[in-house]
Amino acid sequence: MTDAAGTFAGSPPERSRGFTPVQYLVCLKGILLREWLRYLSQKERFVSSLVRPLLWLFIFAAGFRQVLGVSIIPPYETYVLYEVYITPGLCGMILLFSGMQSSLSMVYDREMGNMRILLVSPFPRWYLLVSKLLAGVAVSLLQVYAFLAIAWFWDVKAPLEGYLLILPALFFSGLMLGALGMLLSSLVKQLENFAGIMNFVIFPMYFASSALYPLWRVQEASPLLYKICILNPFTYAVELIRFAFYGRIEWTSLAVVLAVTLALLGGAILAYNPARGLTVRKQDMGGSQ
Amino acid sequence: MKLQSRLTETSKNEERAATAALELASVSYSYGQRKALDNVSFSIEPARFTVLLGLNGAGKTTLFSLVSHLFSPRAGRIRVFGQDINRNSGPALRRLGIVFQARTLDLDLSVRQNLLYHASLHGIGTRVARQRIDELLQSIDMADRIEEKVRGLSGGQVRRVEIIRALLHRPSLLLLDEATVGLDIKSRATILKDIRALVQENGISVLWATHLIDEVGQADQVLVLDKGRLVADGRVSAILSETGAETINQAFSKLTGITDMNVRGGKS
Repeated sequence: MTDAAGTFAGSPPERSRGFTPVQYLVCLKGILLREWLRYLSQKERFVSSLVRPLLWLFIFAAGFRQVLGVSIIPPYETYVLYEVYITPGLCGMILLFSGMQSSLSMVYDREMGNMRILLVSPFPRWYLLVSKLLAGVAVSLLQVYAFLAIAWFWDVKAPLEGYLLILPALFFSGLMLGALGMLLSSLVKQLENFAGIMNFVIFPMYFASSALYPLWRVQEASPLLYKICILNPFTYAVELIRFAFYGRIEWTSLAVVLAVTLALLGGAILAYNPARGLTVRKQDMGGSQ
Repeated sequence: MKLQSRLTETSKNEERAATAALELASVSYSYGQRKALDNVSFSIEPARFTVLLGLNGAGKTTLFSLVSHLFSPRAGRIRVFGQDINRNSGPALRRLGIVFQARTLDLDLSVRQNLLYHASLHGIGTRVARQRIDELLQSIDMADRIEEKVRGLSGGQVRRVEIIRALLHRPSLLLLDEATVGLDIKSRATILKDIRALVQENGISVLWATHLIDEVGQADQVLVLDKGRLVADGRVSAILSETGAETINQAFSKLTGITDMNVRGGKS
């Protein structure tokens, strides 16, 4: 590095200008690429993200279908196998886990100091956070399609065009759950506390929803649980995906998912705002003071 | 006439603010009850090597977090080449290169991938970035490690890659927080020498935070931080004559009441 100066000498400091739209894209691309490379470098993450829903599909659904009969409810026009019923819920589950996982990686990044590198970028902070969110969603969409491909061979099939039509539904649901994860990541102070998120966020959201059983069944069993289910935004994500499989838009679900996404994202951006943010309470952002 | 003179004064002040590489005016910050920084003001001239000296816990990292806009100060203003870091954070951050105390490279990614990621965070396209990465890596004799995962590098190599990363977007002000912590004597000396060369030959301003007194050079501007307060600001010779000490080590003891900094603060 002694002769480093020679090289550096040809590089006078650059003047600051505003960023061009192309540079915004360069930034987004870089964040997407890093998320993807990190995902590839963690093979166990890929495997577990596939195994989890497949266990539900192969084992739980196979056993449970004898117990629970699903009557004809929209969007289904005939009786469907229980496996078919829970597939949209399992897509939602992948997005839910993935959203929490990327927030886990944000907490990890913060502990390791990587978060600083993102946050000291001169791009607007909201843009950095939205890019980070999009990167997480992109990776989780791939997981969903990998799962659906395997399910297809297990004879769990939807109309072919349904696989294309669910893309926007998956995207918005992924965005909502990713934004939830991002908000949570700003609240969780340490990695150890993250186990709590699994118990207090993922499981309640998943079970108290229409992912595993139709809501009319829940209503029969417990009116209180039914109320919880219809207050749970995850229910709407699942229904949005379910209807999209059959080429239908569930408008209520779409509205709820979009509204909740905006609220959570706004909260997350606020939480990462240096002036008002919750991060100021943390003494440690990857170094001692 | 009065107005006229006031105007000239303001423009003079602005000019001074614009020329300072870094200017802090009455900056305070606290974590709950504990004051981490208490009314700190100083400015750093362009193209100079400035040492920020203080023990662990003196407030160095808090100061860096404020300058790099990770938090906002509760009171006071921070300007980087005249740009307010809170009101105009984009342009200010573009002129800043930062090497944090904590290791911030992604261990599972290669050197190239890490550096390209950083370049994209500054809007630098792949083609230009690759060229700069090659040049910079060659300059530190690490061109052959470009595809290697960061996990496989030594501590000194990681640090040098981090310094290169901070230089990729060609900043005018480089901040380094305890850059030599945990390194062996040889790596420490090389890094310090190279950073000094950057100042001399490229006119980059450097703020070098450390708790190691032996890293202070005779011609440096020194800022001494003690329990969140700035207790000295000036050239080594000025600080020596002010405190009536013979060495900077003695001066530091007098200023902070701590006897041997290198030992007491020698945590890695």
